Amino acid sequence: MTPDQTDFTEALLRPDLPHPENLIDHAGRPAGKRFDVYRNNVVLSLTEALETSFPVLQKLLGEQFFGAMAGLFVRQHPPTTPMMMHYGEEMPAFLTGFEPVEKYPYLPDIARLELAMRQSYHAADATPIDPKIIATLPADQLMAARLDIAPSLKLLRSRWPIFSIWSAQTNGTPMPEAPSGEALIITRAEFDPAPQLLPAGGATFVMALQAGEAFGQALDKATTAIPDFDLQTTLGLLIAGNAITAMKTGDAQ
Amino acid sequence: MFDQSFEQLPKGCGVGYKPQHFADIMEGAGAVSWFEIHAENYMGDGGRPLAQLRHLAERYAMSVHGVGLSIGGEGDLDQDHLNRLKHLVGWLNPASFSEHLAWSTHETHFLNDLLPLPYNDKTVQRVSSHISQVQETVGRQMLLENPSNYLAFSDSDMSEIDFLKEVAKRSGCGLLLDVNNVFVSATNQKMNAVEYIDAFPLDLVGEIHLGGHDEDVDDHGDPLLIDSHDQPVVNQIWSLFAHTILRGGKKPVLIERDGNIPPWDELEGEAAQALDIMTNVKAAA
Ligand SMILES: [Fe+2]
Repeated sequence: MTPDQTDFTEALLRPDLPHPENLIDHAGRPAGKRFDVYRNNVVLSLTEALETSFPVLQKLLGEQFFGAMAGLFVRQHPPTTPMMMHYGEEMPAFLTGFEPVEKYPYLPDIARLELAMRQSYHAADATPIDPKIIATLPADQLMAARLDIAPSLKLLRSRWPIFSIWSAQTNGTPMPEAPSGEALIITRAEFDPAPQLLPAGGATFVMALQAGEAFGQALDKATTAIPDFDLQTTLGLLIAGNAITAMKTGDAQ
Repeated sequence: MFDQSFEQLPKGCGVGYKPQHFADIMEGAGAVSWFEIHAENYMGDGGRPLAQLRHLAERYAMSVHGVGLSIGGEGDLDQDHLNRLKHLVGWLNPASFSEHLAWSTHETHFLNDLLPLPYNDKTVQRVSSHISQVQETVGRQMLLENPSNYLAFSDSDMSEIDFLKEVAKRSGCGLLLDVNNVFVSATNQKMNAVEYIDAFPLDLVGEIHLGGHDEDVDDHGDPLLIDSHDQPVVNQIWSLFAHTILRGGKKPVLIERDGNIPPWDELEGEAAQALDIMTNVKAAA
């Protein structure tokens, strides 16, 4: 039996395995280095895809370390679909179990943040509502209203200051000193996703809205958790990020 | 079998679309009359990629070039991926749709490279039936592109050209002739590129690719060219292209550049050069 694509695939991903024996050059000699062209292409192209997906992770770990780690990652977790835009979904779990980085427990959440940025970038378009509609609605109607949130909005909560770490690496702000938790939303006002730091209670509020709860219910939940919850800032971030796409008042669901 | 009434690509020069060139292109694309996209980059739900694509398609003829369908794969085609392709081709309604003679998916692994196939009857059958399935799902004819070969298979028993002809006959697909791939394969396998072009069924060719390659050597010091798409088109490729046009007449031709992307003007310059060759060589027909 001649070797098939199973043997070819295994040899591609495992440089310690011999080349499939049906691969030859023009003179009938073993393919040798010619097979390595494919080995290199696969690992290099997948590593490049990870560099594109995780620029902040790469900065934090350094190019060399990231490259070596990517080499391990791509062999353990080759893509499962040709949709390379979402490659690397296993990165947070991989980092959690990767001993050389166990001193940096915030890295898996940084990876989650970067994955969410890409999901936001490719998410469906949605037209925002006019903010005046919210501003002019009588209070009782606003409390009963349900808001639709744009598909490009992503919410992340972390035990680590991931927004501050991301900003430090991306915009050159100082790295955070205290390891306190942060929550953020990613909004896409037009085409470019941007993380926004949420005030305390903001994540509870946004999550309730996303779950389809009425504005008043979401507000209750947030103020129960955080009595001085800053609604104005949270709502301001949603509006500025074009993240509210519909408001249903009255009986409408 | 499938609708043949779709708009055709112009017999002029196209360029592989890169988002960094969007603003330049919107000011006028010069010698360039159509654009090719990699299907997989436009399978998201929205955002900038699709917005740019809609703008582009309003002004120019489009070609959808798949890089992930794994036509030569031993397993079944990925039905989800096929549906995504059908959706893209459905709304964009491009003038051309093409894929590669290669495989890239094995079981649940997508390997993100165009991997080689042995040329024999077993592979002809598999590739032909996969192409038929694609054409039926997408609802239109597909062009199949000749690969860049770095190695050969001991279980091949037919030439690449006979293989492509047989697949085209059985599936009804057209062919995409990548002249750079011909040059790379011919050099790597010590064959004659001009003879390859002379034997190629140019009447089945709906599109030509021109691109650049890297140079290396194998274990024995023999030249090993690598299809990298990250260099300008070199002189040997231009002459081979002129020879192709002389034999087969004008065709839609693409400048294919995927890495080390130069400023727009440089690609437009290569497109102008291709157009110049095409208008000035005397067509045989
Ligand atoms: Fe090509």
